[in-house]
Amino acid sequence: MDIRFDKLGVVIAAIAAYGAYVAPFAIFRANRIVPGEPRSILEALPQPLGPLLLVALVAAGLVALLKTPLPVRLLASIAALASLVLLIGIAATYLTPEGNTFARVSPASGFWVSIFAFTLLLADGLTRLQLSPLGRIVALALAAAAISWLLASGRWDSLSILKEYFNRSDVFWSEAQRHVTLALGSLAGAVIVGLPLGILCHRVEALRAGVLNVLNIIQTIPSIALFGILIAPLGWIAANVPGAAAIGIRGIGVAPAFVALFLYSLLPVVANTVVGLGGVPRAANDAARGMGMTGWQRLWRVEFPLAFPVILTGIRIVLVQNIGLATIAALIGGGGFGVFVFQGIGQMAMDLVLLGAVPTVAMAFAAAIILDAVVEIAATRRPVTVTA
Amino acid sequence: MRAWIPTILRLLLLAVLVAFLANPYWFEPLFRPLTQNGAPAIYNQGSLLSLTLQHLKIVAIATAAAIVVAISLAILVTRPAGAEFLPLSRSLVNIGQTFPPVAVLALAVPAVGFGEKPTLIALFLYGLLPIFENTLTGLTTTPANVVEAARGAGMTGRQRLVGIELPLSVPVILAGIRLSVVISLATATIGSTVAAKTLGEVIIAGLLSNNLAFVLQGGLLVAALAVLIYDALSALERMAARRMGQVARND
Amino acid sequence: MIEIEHITKRYGETAVVDDVSMVIEPRTLTAIVGTSGSGKTTLLRMINRLVEPSSGAIRIDGVDNRSVPGPQLRRSIGYAIQGNGLFPHRTVAQNIGTVPVLLGWDTARIKARVDELLSLLQLDPAAFGPRYPHELSGGQQQRVGVARALAAGPNVLLMDEPFGALDPIIRTKAQEDLRAIQKRFGTTIILVTHDMEEAVHLGDRIAVMDAGKLVQYATPEEILANPASDFVETLIGASDRPFRLLSLGEVRDAVEPGGAEGAAIDVDATQRDALAELLWSGRGAMPVTSGDGKVIGRVTVEGLVKRAARPT
Repeated sequence: MDIRFDKLGVVIAAIAAYGAYVAPFAIFRANRIVPGEPRSILEALPQPLGPLLLVALVAAGLVALLKTPLPVRLLASIAALASLVLLIGIAATYLTPEGNTFARVSPASGFWVSIFAFTLLLADGLTRLQLSPLGRIVALALAAAAISWLLASGRWDSLSILKEYFNRSDVFWSEAQRHVTLALGSLAGAVIVGLPLGILCHRVEALRAGVLNVLNIIQTIPSIALFGILIAPLGWIAANVPGAAAIGIRGIGVAPAFVALFLYSLLPVVANTVVGLGGVPRAANDAARGMGMTGWQRLWRVEFPLAFPVILTGIRIVLVQNIGLATIAALIGGGGFGVFVFQGIGQMAMDLVLLGAVPTVAMAFAAAIILDAVVEIAATRRPVTVTA
Repeated sequence: MRAWIPTILRLLLLAVLVAFLANPYWFEPLFRPLTQNGAPAIYNQGSLLSLTLQHLKIVAIATAAAIVVAISLAILVTRPAGAEFLPLSRSLVNIGQTFPPVAVLALAVPAVGFGEKPTLIALFLYGLLPIFENTLTGLTTTPANVVEAARGAGMTGRQRLVGIELPLSVPVILAGIRLSVVISLATATIGSTVAAKTLGEVIIAGLLSNNLAFVLQGGLLVAALAVLIYDALSALERMAARRMGQVARND
Repeated sequence: MIEIEHITKRYGETAVVDDVSMVIEPRTLTAIVGTSGSGKTTLLRMINRLVEPSSGAIRIDGVDNRSVPGPQLRRSIGYAIQGNGLFPHRTVAQNIGTVPVLLGWDTARIKARVDELLSLLQLDPAAFGPRYPHELSGGQQQRVGVARALAAGPNVLLMDEPFGALDPIIRTKAQEDLRAIQKRFGTTIILVTHDMEEAVHLGDRIAVMDAGKLVQYATPEEILANPASDFVETLIGASDRPFRLLSLGEVRDAVEPGGAEGAAIDVDATQRDALAELLWSGRGAMPVTSGDGKVIGRVTVEGLVKRAARPT
């Protein structure tokens, strides 16, 4: 019989084997800050789930290792991931002594390594599937639905990260809202200011180099410094401009964070607007001019639609970047998920760090997928509308 | 005449930076108005020079490691033996770049503890992506007829890689390194929240004691370093591109 | 001599080159003509094994081309391609020296060879050697591409649409250069082109490819006179046939005794040029001069028209 190995599968199977057999599956701690004790899959799960999980992982590893059809690989990776995330919740319940509210059970390196291995398999499969933009959004929605169901069903409730969540559930949602407001609000501001500024830079060549250089330099200022630097002028405004304090302008808190994110967002928006407008084919512009369009008509009917996908790419960069940077706002009292990250770092409570970091990464990831899909739709629709 | 202005400005910036690091107290009058209640105007909890060197050291180590690993990986996935990894590695880079640097840093702490290690890991991992992506772009967009001519002249795969594909990718790879260094310079400051010795200490000390002079010093030092390194690498890149008759991408 | 025997290249189910056999005589120029997708480039690339055949064999001077590793084989065969493929990061001299460096020649010998080739192609070695390709015009780049292919003095030179990117005037000049080079070095040249005019003009023999098959392999005269299929006939272009035939002959073969009025034509010109000149100037005959300017006879419209008829 002809047995052929998949090169990537060899890597995945090796990583998964390490994760399942060598590294610990879960960590048990008597309370949230003492060092933990590692537990293997067999120790962490009640009979017969432990051996079953091992068998399932071996089977999925074999599917990865051998040359198998794409649908089989996709199914195997999804099945492996699903059993891992389901069983880590069960492990947490199983390992936590009845009625003990101090004990903490968190996923250990073996769990993360296995998740990583099968995510690789899934990512490889999805890449080869070459999903349409809409297909990718649907896949993302399905994944989000599955995770929401797991969270709602209470199957993860014994996990340490969720225990941290339950201890501060109301704060969590207000910080989440703050995080989104910071990221989206500053983006909106950057688009409102950046688009006209980009168009202006495109039309007035003398402005272009100067504006882009200034924005470039702003980007090189480290985020914590920019947040800090803005404290002074905003504090002064709050103290000296009547009514400023009433609309929320203060030296520390949301205002400097918002302004800093806005300033960081300007460069990608302005630069991509300039690049997009500059990339409009000369022939299209000449034709529009030849048909007697005025400057404004050309801008709205020819240049802007053609430049739109590039501008959208700039917005995508800004949104993903802002979701990450908004974490820093916590350092100057601006709120957001960074509150948990930095509190966690301060208390050496890694579960708390995760409570801030995981939603941030998830949001950035989702934003990237959705906007990438939108950019692709906008870019592929363009030729169709031009020829139609 | 006008072409010289940017160069002069840069030299001036470099001179100010060196002077400031050599003796920060020369600049005390400038920072004095930013302080309140007689707080110190110049960072006094350690030497700015040694923090700057520490900062640069961390960035240099992380970037050097990222360069070696990223270029090796990019070479690997563009050879016939590694071709199966190419599509996946492209999507991994896309996914990886959505990870905020802060999150990478925060997630590294549980794995390796506090200090310079998580910072180095975060800078390394985050620095990999642009270099890997650009090396990949460079190696996969070598003009087809140039590669064809190299094969036709009897170059082996290794000779083509070393003699043709890598040299032609130098400008794009340099652009990736530049991007990576600038991100790392800024991200390293966040490293100070997990106890790495970087210029972030100065900024955080300023934030904690409400001393704007400190915040500004730390921020401007990092920004000046970033601008100078960015410009130096851009110049290098333009030189490399000009030799190849390519127009340097001005981004 | 290059012997191609039952060579086939398949990609999946489709045969791009389908059971082609032909023998190419040494010191000749063979033009492979066909539409795009006819398999002509694949056939060429199997000679230096840039493409490995699915079946069949190719022997160069009696030696199977699979008896040495591919890179080593290619160093012994010149290769020039459309758009020249010059290495943009290397100087003209370094580009030309590519294969000699790979073969391990010493620096002095490489320099001597590079200078020789540059001079041969009318490029001043001192001025052009240190330049980079992007500093050269299209025609100059093409010449450097040819010089690079000839650098190690190969017996065989493969050319894939080498003149495709050139404008008509530079192209004619490049074609003349190629013939001169071929005469001088006695290189066996195989040239792929989609342009029948170029094939007739340059080729000692023409191989016509269609859908992977070799449909005709013969001298230009033979192909013009007896196209093997409708496809070959379309490729020649029925309305151009007589003129292509005339373009193959020189005036010296059509000289008749007698004199004529008006401007004269050189014996070395093609018969096609002579007929064109006669028709344009509205004359029935014109004097013919030999190289030293002496009138040696005349050509007539009547005589040329007879020669333009299909050979029997």
